[in-house]
Amino acid sequence: MQFRVDRQLGFLATVNIAVLVGGGVLVGASFLDIYNLQSMASQVPELGLLALGVMLAMMSGNGGIDLSGIALANLSGVFAYIVVRDHVSADDTPLLFSWAFAGVALLVGLAGGMLNGLLVARAGLTPIIATLGTQLFFTGLAVALTNGSAVSLGYVEPLDNFGNTPMLGVPQCFALFLAVALVLGVVLRFSPFGLRLRLLGSNAKAARFAGIPEKRILFLTYTACGVLASVAGIVIAARSSSVKWDYGSSYVLIAILIAVMAGVRPEGGYGRVICVVLSATALQMLSSLFNFMDISNFFRDLAWGVLLLAFLAQSQFDPRAWFKALRR
Amino acid sequence: MTDMTSPATAPAPLDKPSAARIWHWLLRHPPVFTLIMIVLVCAVVGSINPDFWQVANLFDILRASTVRGLFALGVLVVLASGGIDVSFTAIAAFVMYSITMLVTNWMPDMPMPVILVLAAAGGACFGALNGLLIHSLRAPSLIVTIGTQYVIRSFLLTFVGTALFMNIPVSMESFGKLALFTHHSANGTISVLPASVLVLAVAAVLTWWILQRTLIGRAVYAVGGNPGIAERLGYNLRVVHVFVFAYAGLLAGIAGIMHVSSNRLANPFDLAGTELEIIAAVVLGGARITGGSGSVIGTMLGVVLITLVSNVLILVGIPSTWQLAIVGVFIVLAGAVFSLRPKR
Repeated sequence: MQFRVDRQLGFLATVNIAVLVGGGVLVGASFLDIYNLQSMASQVPELGLLALGVMLAMMSGNGGIDLSGIALANLSGVFAYIVVRDHVSADDTPLLFSWAFAGVALLVGLAGGMLNGLLVARAGLTPIIATLGTQLFFTGLAVALTNGSAVSLGYVEPLDNFGNTPMLGVPQCFALFLAVALVLGVVLRFSPFGLRLRLLGSNAKAARFAGIPEKRILFLTYTACGVLASVAGIVIAARSSSVKWDYGSSYVLIAILIAVMAGVRPEGGYGRVICVVLSATALQMLSSLFNFMDISNFFRDLAWGVLLLAFLAQSQFDPRAWFKALRR
Repeated sequence: MTDMTSPATAPAPLDKPSAARIWHWLLRHPPVFTLIMIVLVCAVVGSINPDFWQVANLFDILRASTVRGLFALGVLVVLASGGIDVSFTAIAAFVMYSITMLVTNWMPDMPMPVILVLAAAGGACFGALNGLLIHSLRAPSLIVTIGTQYVIRSFLLTFVGTALFMNIPVSMESFGKLALFTHHSANGTISVLPASVLVLAVAAVLTWWILQRTLIGRAVYAVGGNPGIAERLGYNLRVVHVFVFAYAGLLAGIAGIMHVSSNRLANPFDLAGTELEIIAAVVLGGARITGGSGSVIGTMLGVVLITLVSNVLILVGIPSTWQLAIVGVFIVLAGAVFSLRPKR
């Protein structure tokens, strides 16, 4: 089980370097200076964490997908703030406030993920319907709790530092993202859970006959998705110093795009954490490049849509087979 | 899972077989379940607030059901074939906005039938593109249509325009004002049932006819039930995929025109985000998201149920901010009940 550099990984690394070089050429040195790199890195985690959730759900197979990610992220931020502000003062004890906020948010994510897990694994709902319903439900709860408006957290120093201040040159939230990705990667690669998840995703029937506890695996997977979403919710709250129900309305698409770009198979059974990380950084750098070049948000959405379709097409297309056919 | 009901009814041994039988019969006939929910909602809302039983309110619900119903019929056909479509609202927005623009700026006296045919053709082209992509990329239709949804919508907003059309063409405006039935209530308010309801009725009958009486309808259910077996039986998967998405696009194009003529306004930002409640309506009507089932009657009932839930909450004093959460609960509940159905 050594570290493999497959086609997808090599391709994504090339894309990352190409976007960096392209940015340097098109925008100039300001694209490559440490401030811009840090600002780009601090924007990666929210989408990266949601994409990791989508990857887990897709890996479990049987049309697995998590559409409720960003809704749950927003709900955990909203719910945590509303609970914590009544009990802990953000001005007197900012550190306690931050930890309490993060703790409650994680609990909401855990509960939301378990709800998804119960619906998919126990009640036998199709993942699309289950997460579509909970997406509306989570969003609706967040709307109802905030009466539909954004709520400002104010300046809470530890939380703000976590979102915006680099430590040893690395933004703290980006470091957290890398740590989460590392843990998830190790779990998927080396633990029995990871092996079973991949088996279940590639052939559910065979996995059932091999005695793999299908329901428990599915439940754990969707619960993990929920926890990842709530971590994204904490990062969003820390970075924007506010919580609202409609933050990141196009994140459902972009999270799926990152996962598909990373070579995660939508039919299940395959996905690599490192590829998702690289795919998230590539997309973020591309988005920043669009920003530098003053490209409108609408056009950016167009580009994401085209990219998603292009990567779906690319996964169907095997250059080696094509070359072989050409030589014949 | 269905066995869970027998211990619950065990204390009354005489009732046990009939209760279980009713439960099983209900699971086999999901539209009845939807109808019961509609009756329950009506009874509860009507007893809390008698204003509910006014003709004006009934007309409002029918009017609000028209655009949703047209979308839902398209989604029904796609779901029956085992796919899912989330791009139809983007198609509708694109078609309604560009046709309004075309007619206003270049051919202000285009008659309504021509506009409808143009919209249907435009929508069908986008839909056929969806079908071709899904077939040739061999990717899940949810992911492909999320992609095309973004492409179509942001193409509209980037290259076609973002400004509202406040003055829509005369033919569309007069169509929107066309009344099928006008009711004068005792206190002098006049409520109108618009003629666009007829368009929905025609579309519903046509969809029923296609699904139940034609070969392509059989093919849609067969492919939805099991694509591998359907292909070996000689059904052409590509034809079916292109047909269902083109049909959904066609209905979406017409729905877009209905939306403009009843609102007397063409807004390119409209309709986005309503796709989930439409899919919810079709699922509430008993269509399996995994394909091979679903009926026009059930879908229409599902649309009425969703419209009821989103229109009447205010009448019983629930703030409209709770609407999304309640629709979400309805989807999950319906999904859970229908997943208890016997698997074929």
